[in-house]
Amino acid sequence: MSFPILTATAVLPAVGAIVTAAVPAARRTAAKWVALLFSLATLVMAAIVLVRFEPGGDRYQLTESHAWIADFGVRYELGVDGIGVVMVALTALLIPFVILAGWHDADPVETKSSRWRPTQGFFALILMVEAMVVLSFEATDVFLFYILFEAMLIPMYFLIGGFGDRAHSGTDENAAAQRSYAAVKFLLYNLAGGLIMLAAVIGLYVVAGSFSLSEIAEARASGSLDMATTTERLLFLGFFFAFAIKAPLWPLHTWLPNAMGEATAPVAVLITAVVDKVGTFAMLRFCLQLFPEASKWATPVIIVLALVSIVYGALLAVGQRDIKRLIAYASVSHFGFIVLGIFAMTSQGQSGATLYMVNHGLSTAALMLVAGFLISRRGSRLIADYGGVQKVAPVLAGTFLIGGLATLSLPGLAPFVSEFLVLVGTFAAYPVAGIIATFGIVLAALYTLVLYQRTMTGPVKTEVRTMPDLKVRELAVVAPLIALLLFLGVFPKPLTEIINPAVEHTMSDVQKQDPRPDVEAAK
Amino acid sequence: MSATAVHSLWTTAAEVEPLGKIPTPHIEYAQLAPVLIVVGAAVLGILVEAFVPRRARYYTQLFLTTVALAAAFAAVVGLAAGGYGTTEKQIAAMGAIAVDGPALFLQGTILLASLVSVFTFAERRLDPAAHGNRIDSFAAEAAAVPGSEHEKAAVKAGFTTTEVFPLVLFAITGMLVFPAANDLLTLFIALEVFSLPLYLLCAVARRKRLMSQEAAVKYFLLGAFSSAFLLFGIALVYGYAGSVSYARIADVVEGSVRTIDPALADTMGNDALLLIGGALILMGLLFKVGAVPFHMWTPDVYQGAPTPVTGFMAAATKVAAFGALLRLLYVALPGLAWDWQPVMWAIAIVTMLGGAIVAITQTDIKRLLAYSSIAHAGFILAGVIATTPEGISSVLFYLLAYSFVTIGAFAVVTLVRDAGGEATHLSKWAGLGRRSPLVAAVFAVFLLAFAGIPLTSGFAGKFAVFKAAAEGGAGALVVVGVISSAIAAFFYIRVIVLMFFSEPKPEGPTVAVPSPLTMTTIGVGVAVTLVLGLAPQYFLDLASQAGVFVR
Repeated sequence: MSFPILTATAVLPAVGAIVTAAVPAARRTAAKWVALLFSLATLVMAAIVLVRFEPGGDRYQLTESHAWIADFGVRYELGVDGIGVVMVALTALLIPFVILAGWHDADPVETKSSRWRPTQGFFALILMVEAMVVLSFEATDVFLFYILFEAMLIPMYFLIGGFGDRAHSGTDENAAAQRSYAAVKFLLYNLAGGLIMLAAVIGLYVVAGSFSLSEIAEARASGSLDMATTTERLLFLGFFFAFAIKAPLWPLHTWLPNAMGEATAPVAVLITAVVDKVGTFAMLRFCLQLFPEASKWATPVIIVLALVSIVYGALLAVGQRDIKRLIAYASVSHFGFIVLGIFAMTSQGQSGATLYMVNHGLSTAALMLVAGFLISRRGSRLIADYGGVQKVAPVLAGTFLIGGLATLSLPGLAPFVSEFLVLVGTFAAYPVAGIIATFGIVLAALYTLVLYQRTMTGPVKTEVRTMPDLKVRELAVVAPLIALLLFLGVFPKPLTEIINPAVEHTMSDVQKQDPRPDVEAAK
Repeated sequence: MSATAVHSLWTTAAEVEPLGKIPTPHIEYAQLAPVLIVVGAAVLGILVEAFVPRRARYYTQLFLTTVALAAAFAAVVGLAAGGYGTTEKQIAAMGAIAVDGPALFLQGTILLASLVSVFTFAERRLDPAAHGNRIDSFAAEAAAVPGSEHEKAAVKAGFTTTEVFPLVLFAITGMLVFPAANDLLTLFIALEVFSLPLYLLCAVARRKRLMSQEAAVKYFLLGAFSSAFLLFGIALVYGYAGSVSYARIADVVEGSVRTIDPALADTMGNDALLLIGGALILMGLLFKVGAVPFHMWTPDVYQGAPTPVTGFMAAATKVAAFGALLRLLYVALPGLAWDWQPVMWAIAIVTMLGGAIVAITQTDIKRLLAYSSIAHAGFILAGVIATTPEGISSVLFYLLAYSFVTIGAFAVVTLVRDAGGEATHLSKWAGLGRRSPLVAAVFAVFLLAFAGIPLTSGFAGKFAVFKAAAEGGAGALVVVGVISSAIAAFFYIRVIVLMFFSEPKPEGPTVAVPSPLTMTTIGVGVAVTLVLGLAPQYFLDLASQAGVFVR
């Protein structure tokens, strides 16, 4: 048997979490280095996975399969397709930056009792989330995926509730209350979604008699498994509800601004760039593959919801006074684009959506982390407290601008490619939807540029006057992300080559072909 | 009833079984060994109370109890290894006791759960020693009026209520018989045998004695009512079927009985007897299970009883009562399934939702756990309703998983203390995660298991019963179960928020450092919770092998 590299990619951060947590209380810096090293090792492992993956090969590669809970019909089955492998790579790539950016976020404020070890806990939880997210991108057993989908909420919940942003407007007590409100809201929304999904998971087993993605897909293809239309629709809704909360899709998005606002910037990146991607990823992998007919049935409604997300999220972003909440609403808008691309049911749309997941991860990470550096300097999240920063800290302002431009999908930066693909894919199938979605881009320009203008330009505010520029550690976080954004903006081919075959598989699952261009239809 | 029928009732009886020919009962001692060991140890325990000097009693009783429970568990394992759970299953003691898979599985669960909870009974390091004597959770002298000079004298003299050990052994005896009872009279006797010691145990808390006594009185009064209902139901069902034996009742209900004498022919047609009788028996069992609307006693009793007793009661009573419920419904009344299923549906739904919703408003950790146990009873009922072999095995597995989480959780509750004893008010738990991260983390594991988060035993159990229910055609019940899980998650999470995200209060409680006894209890609880969550396969196998009743 070959080396189980997919398991190793997930086990490595899990081990890292345990080791980090076990570092003695006084050796705080050592814990940070341990965590960073483990996340880098995971990155190397993910890179190996990416290299060993053959884009033109089997649909699921590097597969592993072991008996687990025979009574439930559950197997420990892993495998990656082109979409999964890219998502694993994205996760493994972002975590070192998250750790590095959050280097001082969990230093204890005052010396508490020696048994309270927030620093170790913080980094261990981040690695735990990484392990679960990576494994969920690799799982090809519905039950295994479900378990991870639910279990990752717990470390995430402690990260949001336990390590809030120190920059806030109110008193300490007030901040703690808001933070735990955000954490509970996050958990309850996602748990509720997950439990509805649990009913659907059980229902799927009753109908299909198996949890294995490949077995179910095979049975459907061969016609031996014939789901009644109503059953399929109900099951689809159960799954989709959970993913729509996670993604998050309007009107189930309201937990995201709270969670991202109250969490520290690196944790906010973890939420939106890593964990939420599981939702959109799962729509592609599970909703479309398991319930193709129901997916097509639900498409009109989902497209409308996605459009509302795009426009509504962008409008709310324009109106925000809090930098982090602004980025959160921008993310709601972007997730609308991803869902739109997935359910446009064209290969461009789905390739674009997958690419969008990666690019959104990179661009939001860049913007949010720089915003986090900015906020930690001034101790305030309010836009109105800033002004003229570019004169005092030009590098910070410059990187912030690039992150912002990436968010508004400026041509030449990576998100442009994916947004363009999504829009092209949508236009081909649903022209009106495409037109409405385009408004999202206009609004994106508005909220990003207004944010930049209000914080970075204009007269220098007195509180900002002594603000230091980016330090080496912070540059080390931002520079690679910006380099990647530029690189993928000019040369996205390596990614699209991996993604496209997987998208074609998904398209054939839903038995959709790209609509022919109008020119040919006119002939 | 016509005159001839009444007449035939005694004439045939006299002809068939003349008085002189009552056979000597044949008792299979080996197969009843688990019960006999425990009851024997209980009797010995009383003798210890009478004859062993006061100072040596604690150790003698603890030793005796531990050894007896371990030996009884070994006997259960021996019987299971001898195939009594699967191929050799049979009915022992003249049809009174069934020795089969569910009985052995549940007896094993009860014995293990009792063993670990007895350790919390014996814990004597949580409170500072009074007058140079170590003290446990039980009153110095239960008979002394609270606050009286007599009580003070008893405390000063260092008396301890070591009677709790024989009492708990008697309770366990009843619990072992309860799920194995194969006729209605044995069922009733087992119920009384385990209930009476429990009433007493609830009353003997060392702290908050009035509350404890109040809880015991409430429990006793309501319990007596439910026993009366049960007994009345037994009488009616006997009137219907002419027998208290489960197999005979099942035959009569199904109409497959071979010899119908005129008396039986007359009563068999009277469905009112059967339906009312069956309903009354169910009521008695659902009371013990703590299902809505028979749950009213649960919060008060759980709160008032000494916490080690609460943990024991919450785990072992539930296991025993669900075992008896399963056997009654699956062995005696399967022919009536069409009638009891709708009723049980309704009860399961109100139990799941009621327990979860009311728990939200609770401010006392013990009451909160009480309502949580009600919600869990609802989940288990969903598995009971499935009426499939998977239904049985899923319930067995759930009970195993649930009992260890419960005992562990209540054991943690005993550790968090302030000047007035255990600090059970939720506000006092604020910031516990900062003061004692380990204890808070352990409690969080138990809460997550209660909430059914994946990778804990709670999830595996919940998944098993929901799957069984869905396969048994109760999909709607699964949806309700899932919704009430979401509601229930709220209050478990609230406690976690309180422990980890709130600032500790300056005058907050301290966490007592327990002796290895309580540590063992909590450690076993955590270990079982995680093992059943990560690798439940072996235990699921065990449960499904054990999932066939003898008839």
